[in-house]
Amino acid sequence: MPDHDSAPVAVAMSGGVDSSVVAGLLHRQGRRVIGMTMQLWNQRRLPELAPASPTGRCCSLDDVYDARQVAQHFGIPYYVVNFEDRFERDVVKPFIADYLAGRTPIPCTLCNNFVKFDQFLDMARGAGAEIIATGHYARIEHDPTNGRWQMLRSSDRAKDQTYFLFGLRQDQLARTQFPLGGFQKAEVRELARELGIATAEKPDSQEICFVPNGDYASFIDSYFKEQGIASDVTAGELVTTDGRVVGEHAGVHHFTVGQRRGLRVSAGEPLYVIETRPSERRVVIGRNEELLRSTMNVNNVNWISIDPPAEPIRAQVKIRNKHVAAPATIIPSSAPDRIEVHFDDAQRAVTPGQAAVFYDGDLVLGGGWIE
Amino acid sequence: MADRYYFDHNATTPVSPEVFQAMAPVLTEVFGNASSIHSFGQHARKLLDEARRDVAAMIGATAKEIVFTSGGTESDNTALFGFGKQGHVITTSVEHPAILHASAQLPSVTVVPVDANGVVDPDGIRRAIRPRTKLISVMHVNNELGVIQPIERIAEIAHQEGILFHSDGVQAPGKIAVDVKKLGADLYSISAHKIYGPKGIGAIYVRKGTALPPLLHGGPHENKLRAGTENVAGAVGFGRAAQWIIENGVTEAARLAALRDRLEQGILDRVPDAHVNGAGSPRVPNTSNIRFDGIDSEPLLIALDLRGFAVSSGSACSSGATEPSHVLAAIGLTREQARSSVRFSLGRSNDAGQVDALIDTVALVVAHLRKLAPAYA
Repeated sequence: MPDHDSAPVAVAMSGGVDSSVVAGLLHRQGRRVIGMTMQLWNQRRLPELAPASPTGRCCSLDDVYDARQVAQHFGIPYYVVNFEDRFERDVVKPFIADYLAGRTPIPCTLCNNFVKFDQFLDMARGAGAEIIATGHYARIEHDPTNGRWQMLRSSDRAKDQTYFLFGLRQDQLARTQFPLGGFQKAEVRELARELGIATAEKPDSQEICFVPNGDYASFIDSYFKEQGIASDVTAGELVTTDGRVVGEHAGVHHFTVGQRRGLRVSAGEPLYVIETRPSERRVVIGRNEELLRSTMNVNNVNWISIDPPAEPIRAQVKIRNKHVAAPATIIPSSAPDRIEVHFDDAQRAVTPGQAAVFYDGDLVLGGGWIE
Repeated sequence: MADRYYFDHNATTPVSPEVFQAMAPVLTEVFGNASSIHSFGQHARKLLDEARRDVAAMIGATAKEIVFTSGGTESDNTALFGFGKQGHVITTSVEHPAILHASAQLPSVTVVPVDANGVVDPDGIRRAIRPRTKLISVMHVNNELGVIQPIERIAEIAHQEGILFHSDGVQAPGKIAVDVKKLGADLYSISAHKIYGPKGIGAIYVRKGTALPPLLHGGPHENKLRAGTENVAGAVGFGRAAQWIIENGVTEAARLAALRDRLEQGILDRVPDAHVNGAGSPRVPNTSNIRFDGIDSEPLLIALDLRGFAVSSGSACSSGATEPSHVLAAIGLTREQARSSVRFSLGRSNDAGQVDALIDTVALVVAHLRKLAPAYA
């Protein structure tokens, strides 16, 4: 295990307040801090998507300027590193493939699993750091009784980001610090002011970083255009759960389970997307009650804080970021990374491609992808 | 931080003590506008003219053929926009962005490729010539590889066809002897900060009789070829830097060649799967571009920097991140190979002790990086 207090630490700096405070806190503690910003995506690449909002962008020169200014303020070495190829390969392309396969992906989790806590961690280690620190709201603790690293929800429940971090393995947790896990967001802003960080009042980013304004469907259409792929490859029919064709749609990637907007179908009662069937190019719509599910299968399960259970266990299961974790029983299967979840009460809009994350109170047991 | 060693002299060099000494009184005392009639102006004009003679002497030109500019980029742009707007332009795939991006603004450009050693074939240039070809621009020394282009031969071909020849010579003076007459250049770009002069001043050699239209319009400065109040202090620094090269260039180049060989030999001996890019062609004595299979140059650069060694790779994009080099792509390296290459460029501050320390550290860091890369077998 690396000695966390003397080894150089690389802070992943986005230019936002949270990672800036992390750099400042560690620097104030006398740690050897290296600031690093990942260049993930070139916002000028898809010109028709020129960002209109000041937030929800990534890798804009403004953000790099902000991060650099903070690094200069603390007098720490600072580097921008090019992850554009890796980000496109491991996040953007799988993100698009998921949508076309009728799933609703979480690019932030893909980025955490395959870029930030994987290739970025490797790069930081290559550069001479032993560990990385990020501005995520989550806590990591070491259990001395079994030598296991555990993940816990952040003290600020509203900011908790453990839902996006379920994929972290023990070797990654051993080399990662989340210094903000014990703070409230308001305290972090206060710390930013106290540390003299010029961007202390910068608004939080809200959207998927590389998709301006959160319009992911337009992003996919623009990306297709750039790659010379027809964007209507999955355009087809809107059908009801009882098999009636009631309209047409421009592609399954415009829809996610539980969505009501943009259906343009008049009916006596509100209609929602129940599922998308890309192989049939169909989007199935129905009534709200038809969205309820009491079981689901979850694959690629990563157990963080406990060993993979051999017997059914009780947990609270969260099926999307804003979902309130619901009591359920987790039933292991013959495959170690695949489980079945039985909710005590049926849940609305269980969405393939989203993460299912299992909690025991604050403890993050693990998580996986909803089938 | 402990000692810091600078191995990035092709990016820029420090202002040398003698250059600083020459410039300091100009910045404070000789502040006159060189175009003014009074004694303040005349004093400044005298220094400017002396500097022009020194810069000219460094490259075998006459003083009247030297036009001061703000630097290499302006000199290159002056040549391209001066002659490239009406006709066809030929250049190469390994030019500096000051040529490549500027020529992309022109109506008709042919970019001639180079071979695996980074050298352009003069016959390839000849084949690209069209009836309307107005200008051929080929760099003298490549900044990333240190490769020397056969520009004498290319100038000859250009002149046979009545075409003007420009060369971006920013990386040449101080590394190899430059004689623009012998080379046959009509236009030749140089820069002060690559030769221990200040940033913000360069020059373009304009062979007598070449009717160069100005890039910047305004006052009648620089023989009406470059408007804008003359940067006298900069010119004086440039002149002093040129003088140093005239006096010490040959000795220093020989010293650097020995250091460069020591560096390459040391790295090739100590680090498995390292290759010198462009090794098969004539190169300047201070530059070494080395590829380390299986590693990414970004963490290597950072690790070296954190240990006090400044080197470089690729080209910086606007965010400051590194982009794979177009020069390495042009010599046929894969994106992966380009990403695993690093440029070491030596200069006056380096000695054998520093080179040995660099070899040790490179060997250490490359081994560490390869240990972290499971794909590397």
